Amino acid sequence: MFNFIVKRIIQSVFVMLAVAFIAFGMFRYVGDPVNNMVGQDTSLADREQLRKDLGLDDPFFVQFARFAGKAAKGEFGLSYRHRLPVRDLIIERLPATLELSFVSAVLALVLGVPMGVYTAIRRKSLLTKGFMTMSLIGVSLPTFLIGILLILFFGVVLRWLPTFGRGEVVQLGWWSTGFLTISGLKALILPSITLALFQMTLIMRLVRAEMLEVLRMDFIKFGRARGLGNASIFYRHAMKNTLIPVITVTGLQLGSIIAFAIITESVFQWPGMGLLFIQAISEADLPIMAAYLVLIALIFVVINLVVDVLYVYVDPRLRGDSGGGHG
Amino acid sequence: MVNASMTILDRIKDASARFFDSDIWYSFKQSPGAMISAGVAAIMILAALFAPLLASQNPFDLAQIDLMDASMPPVWMIDGDPRFVLGTDDQGRDIFSTILYGSRISLFVGFASVVVSLIIGVGLGLLSGYAGGRTDAIIMRIADVQLSFPAILIALLIDGIIRNILPKEAHGELALYVIIFAISISGWVQYARTVRSSVMSEKVKEYVQAGQVIGLSGITIVIRHILPNVLGPVFVIGTIHLALAIIIEATLSFLGVGLPPTTPSLGTLIRIGNEYLFSGEWWITIFPGFALILLALSVNLLGDWLRDALNPKLR
Repeated sequence: MFNFIVKRIIQSVFVMLAVAFIAFGMFRYVGDPVNNMVGQDTSLADREQLRKDLGLDDPFFVQFARFAGKAAKGEFGLSYRHRLPVRDLIIERLPATLELSFVSAVLALVLGVPMGVYTAIRRKSLLTKGFMTMSLIGVSLPTFLIGILLILFFGVVLRWLPTFGRGEVVQLGWWSTGFLTISGLKALILPSITLALFQMTLIMRLVRAEMLEVLRMDFIKFGRARGLGNASIFYRHAMKNTLIPVITVTGLQLGSIIAFAIITESVFQWPGMGLLFIQAISEADLPIMAAYLVLIALIFVVINLVVDVLYVYVDPRLRGDSGGGHG
Repeated sequence: MVNASMTILDRIKDASARFFDSDIWYSFKQSPGAMISAGVAAIMILAALFAPLLASQNPFDLAQIDLMDASMPPVWMIDGDPRFVLGTDDQGRDIFSTILYGSRISLFVGFASVVVSLIIGVGLGLLSGYAGGRTDAIIMRIADVQLSFPAILIALLIDGIIRNILPKEAHGELALYVIIFAISISGWVQYARTVRSSVMSEKVKEYVQAGQVIGLSGITIVIRHILPNVLGPVFVIGTIHLALAIIIEATLSFLGVGLPPTTPSLGTLIRIGNEYLFSGEWWITIFPGFALILLALSVNLLGDWLRDALNPKLR
């Protein structure tokens, strides 16, 4: 167990170093950082001075170490376009993305798990067939098209819901929330459904598959032989055993919700980190790109690490004293 | 069986006889879903291939479009024009024709990405499985790390980085190759892992040992003898990957970091049309959207069926 965790942490550190390396290479060698910071009329001497001040003449590894050290503190310099510290820009956008991702994750779970259980228990029912067909279409529907179709239907045709932006937000310290105003909540509906739909179909299919697997096992037959009712079999015994893989996959999906938020934010002009990143790509705003790259990698690495450790912790079969189950 | 005196025609007859006698064909005939999706996919691929013959105009030839025809609704609505079945966009281009030409580009990017991914993935999988040891460990660690990120995010990041390395003027021209490269790199892992595990179980079999005993080189054994035995699952992954590659390309183009409006794929068309959604000209974006869904769905269904048909456990 201990060995396993140490191994995973070392692996995670390597991943972060590799990502930081790519981010650094991009930041340092794509274009000239000095040219991107100064105006046209800066003299050559001033440029040289700035170059020296920024430490761009230092050996490669010194520069990389400095970059990594600053990155660890969350400092990525000034955005070329906004002329503001990248850290402030990201912190300003973070709440929008996290609130959207949180609502979508809850939505996907609250709808996906019962649908999965239902389709496993009532395998022949008409509703099950409907759910399964829907999930198949859901897998083939690109996220941005779901968004466009929702905008067309609820925004343009029915005019019920807002289709861009966050609505009114309330500042709670540095955190801006859309949860406290009516227009903020209304603005959340379409983007969160768009983002949740794909994850929901995934969770539904997973719960169904796991549930069908568990229902074939001996202890379920034994339970039936003992005369337990359907409710007890399904919910007390079967569902409990499907939850471990569901928790793991859902945990891993959290990261991809934040990644897919890039697309959703772009469709709905949602002022989050993803939109910032997409704009940075088309404007060649390298500090923002580098920062986003490191941040998203960090989110993924932490989630993977936590899920892996939890998995070993929750499933006693993987523990054992030999140290480390899979690895 | 096959011998020197057979003509080419005989060989084709022989091969097709074997195909129509196979389990795959039987399972295909038993599955209406597979037949319908194969039909839809085939029609869309053929329509894309023969786009210049089927389209009423070449929407990217300025001489053939007329601004007077701009923003016409589909033919069944008031103001519709029988020349433009699905309506026209703001520049007077026939939507049906742009879809034909757009799906051509989407399919090209999809197929090219699958082929490149497949070559990289199968190559690394063979190497990893046959060589084992440190080579295997390094390749598989990279695969593990990459697998923990969604493919679409990796493609987006690679695409974004390359776009910033290239000079701005080159974007339009090179966009096609950049995007194929980005999608290929994001998709090799599945092939590599599957091939690796098949190679591991193949390489302890007697025919491989026999090859080693008679002194064949490692490369000959892997390419000539092991490879043909591990290709089955690769086709399944390839089919499903084709749908994914088309979707990823459409998404990147929609986000504005994919193909430019001068060589629009379905995703670019949807991006362009999206700007007119609020002024009520829904057909500019919705029809290319439906074409994309139809294409992705039919290929996905075909892949699902192929996976079940090739799975010995389900026979």
